[in-house]
Amino acid sequence: MTIQTPNGFSLDTSGKRIVVDPVTRIEGHMRCEVNVDSNNVIRNAVSTGTMWRGLEVILKGRDPRDAWAFVERICGVCTGCHALTSVRAVEDALDIRIPNNAFLIREIMAKVLQWHDHVVHFYHLHALDWVNPVNALKADPKATSQLQQMVGPDHPNSSPGYFRDVQNRLKKFVESGQLGIFKNGYWDNPAYKLPPEADLMAVTHYLEALDFQKEIVKVHTIFGGKNPHPNYMVGGVPCAINMDGNMAAGAPLNMERLNFVKLKLQEAFAFSKNVYVPDVIAIASFYKGWLYGGGLSGLNVMDYGDYEAVQGRKETDRLPGGVILNGKWDEVHPIDPRDPEQVQEFVTHSWYSYGDGNADKGLHPWDGVTQPKYELGPNAKGTRTDIREIDESAKYSWIKAPRWKGNAVEVGPLARYILAYAHGVDYVKGQVDDSLGRFNALAGTSLTPQQALPTTIGRTLARALEAHYCAQMMLDDFDHLIANIKAGDSSTANVEKWDPATWPKEAKGVGTVAAPRGGLGHWIKIKDGRIENYQCVVPTTWNGGPRDPKGNIGAFEASLMNTPMERPEEPVEILRTLHSFDPCLACSTHVIAPDGAEMARVTVR
Amino acid sequence: MADERILILGIGNILWADEGFGVRVIEELQARYELPEHVTALDGGTQGLYLLPYLEEADAVIIVDAIDYGLPPATLKQLRDDEVPAVLGARKVSLHQTGFQEVLALLQLRGCAPSRLRLVGVQPERLDDYGGGLTPAIAAQVGPALAVVLGLLADEFSVTVTPRRSVEGFTPPAISREAYETGRPAAEDACRIGDARVLAGWR
Repeated sequence: MTIQTPNGFSLDTSGKRIVVDPVTRIEGHMRCEVNVDSNNVIRNAVSTGTMWRGLEVILKGRDPRDAWAFVERICGVCTGCHALTSVRAVEDALDIRIPNNAFLIREIMAKVLQWHDHVVHFYHLHALDWVNPVNALKADPKATSQLQQMVGPDHPNSSPGYFRDVQNRLKKFVESGQLGIFKNGYWDNPAYKLPPEADLMAVTHYLEALDFQKEIVKVHTIFGGKNPHPNYMVGGVPCAINMDGNMAAGAPLNMERLNFVKLKLQEAFAFSKNVYVPDVIAIASFYKGWLYGGGLSGLNVMDYGDYEAVQGRKETDRLPGGVILNGKWDEVHPIDPRDPEQVQEFVTHSWYSYGDGNADKGLHPWDGVTQPKYELGPNAKGTRTDIREIDESAKYSWIKAPRWKGNAVEVGPLARYILAYAHGVDYVKGQVDDSLGRFNALAGTSLTPQQALPTTIGRTLARALEAHYCAQMMLDDFDHLIANIKAGDSSTANVEKWDPATWPKEAKGVGTVAAPRGGLGHWIKIKDGRIENYQCVVPTTWNGGPRDPKGNIGAFEASLMNTPMERPEEPVEILRTLHSFDPCLACSTHVIAPDGAEMARVTVR
Repeated sequence: MADERILILGIGNILWADEGFGVRVIEELQARYELPEHVTALDGGTQGLYLLPYLEEADAVIIVDAIDYGLPPATLKQLRDDEVPAVLGARKVSLHQTGFQEVLALLQLRGCAPSRLRLVGVQPERLDDYGGGLTPAIAAQVGPALAVVLGLLADEFSVTVTPRRSVEGFTPPAISREAYETGRPAAEDACRIGDARVLAGWR
């Protein structure tokens, strides 16, 4: 049977059904089912979030000033951006303006998180969808060195001896039987296209990335007081500035610590410039014929906008927000998270209920309801505890379906980069044009941004470019911070409204952040000094949510459509495209039995 | 070994009832004792790769966690060295499913795996209680588990701890065990059910 969706996709469920559950190397639990035709091309895709995430409800009745500490525990990845979104929502509700130092410190922390998350995602979770570590053992270290010098000439670690050394370590590791990190792969699948030298270069940088990622998080320890789980604060940041202070434990921020921060920011900048971005371009050039996975990104993208150049002036966002519909890059619609008609969540196909008669209703997050209702559709196969096949015509996911004025949109670094390109942000235009030029030169192609960006590869490239842009911006923020302090301002918190006695009886606010996976929003209602309602609409809800009442499919499902699979029983292509979104279905929780190991289970029916 | 660097690491998600056990033991340890310079206690939450720097710097690691060993609830279980990774293998403690086993494998690949690994685990009673605290039987094991950790420190690492003099805590007050558990919204206000696969049995 073929169904035509209003947003332009043709879904055909007649072919063989493939179930991937769980989808591995993501945060949380996710299941994916697709139908492939006789040529193994995906003709229908179903994305199911298999975990209940009821963060909103456990915040009811709590002190709004404490919400950040709870949301920081949702999952192991987005800790900082949830905390930041939360304090922004509360400050918005109570009309609190934070000191400029606090603004800049938060900006630096947010960008460090962004850079860190993107680097970790690419090298540790996504690279193995493109890179074959077993193949790296066959590489010629000398040729690898030449490749390195061609694609990343400014990176110092490029000698044949260096690559030989890494190759030997890798060989020893593989021979010891501890494939560990590399064990759940399909290493003889023809979907892997890199020559051994590119594989070795990428594996080497995988190891280097570990060094960088552990250094950069020290910035969070300095500004946040501790790490993991840095401290946040409504009204500012919980770190005092005293430039004459000494380095004793618990001492406030002083010049020595700030110099250390600057060094770390500079190291990050060099790594994304000389290693991360060149790696993505080089790897992409070997996959030049694989331009699948665009899905919704070629049509509808959204972000709230972030990174104000001037505090409190949204119009100075260095990654400006908005919505693009139907691929019209010359028309950006403004977005207002407060408008009850714009952002709405639907639960027609989600395991929640809005009450009798409201099945197809969309609710703005301020009026959001999180009431579970778990039921399988009439055509589901299996049982409630052991689903063999989802019935996507009924409720089929623990994720709600958010829409912007009824439109399904994609969010994430790619959405932000398409928006910034459309807005004409100079830095972003320069980055996109330059990297595309390098890609075209290596690949012998002549792709335009409109052709190259809305793809799986484009999503991965946009994330790398955004990481580097963040490195640039945080260095600028740092200079502003130093200038501000030198001008005599050492204030880091505004505590005028710390006392709930100063608050109105009722208030509501919204906080948004350009989180690593896309636009993140928290909506809060405060009554009598306590949280009355709290709703988070997270990026993976936008991207991974199910269909809406009109039948529009979301970004995950759309991205898989029409992708050919080399071997249906080895879902390399599905994982590659889903991983390009960096899915995060937060709240990882299970304790595990002694026999534990888990890999993507694939069932073909 | 003199001044071997030791990391005591509590892992788990405090939002899911007994899953928070490891973190709560660390909270108790930090509240009650001062540790020598070369011993670090860390609330690792559900982080994986983010913990790498701390693990790399450690010569020995003592992990405290809720583990399912099919034992009666609240039973304490100790594991050592090679027994540890197998148990932590598929546990989704961590960053994007980089399970703890993978983190340990990465340490090995980089040649900085801790030379000694200990795990103090408790068999949880209840996990699918979102927003809930430790169940009474598991809460009663926080003290004994801490005693096991202190015993390991004394017997195997010749480390003695001293009672803390200042009362300053490490866990933000809002999510300290007492505030977290007493401030919980009522069941009718806040749905408490857990994972979908557990949910069906619950209803």
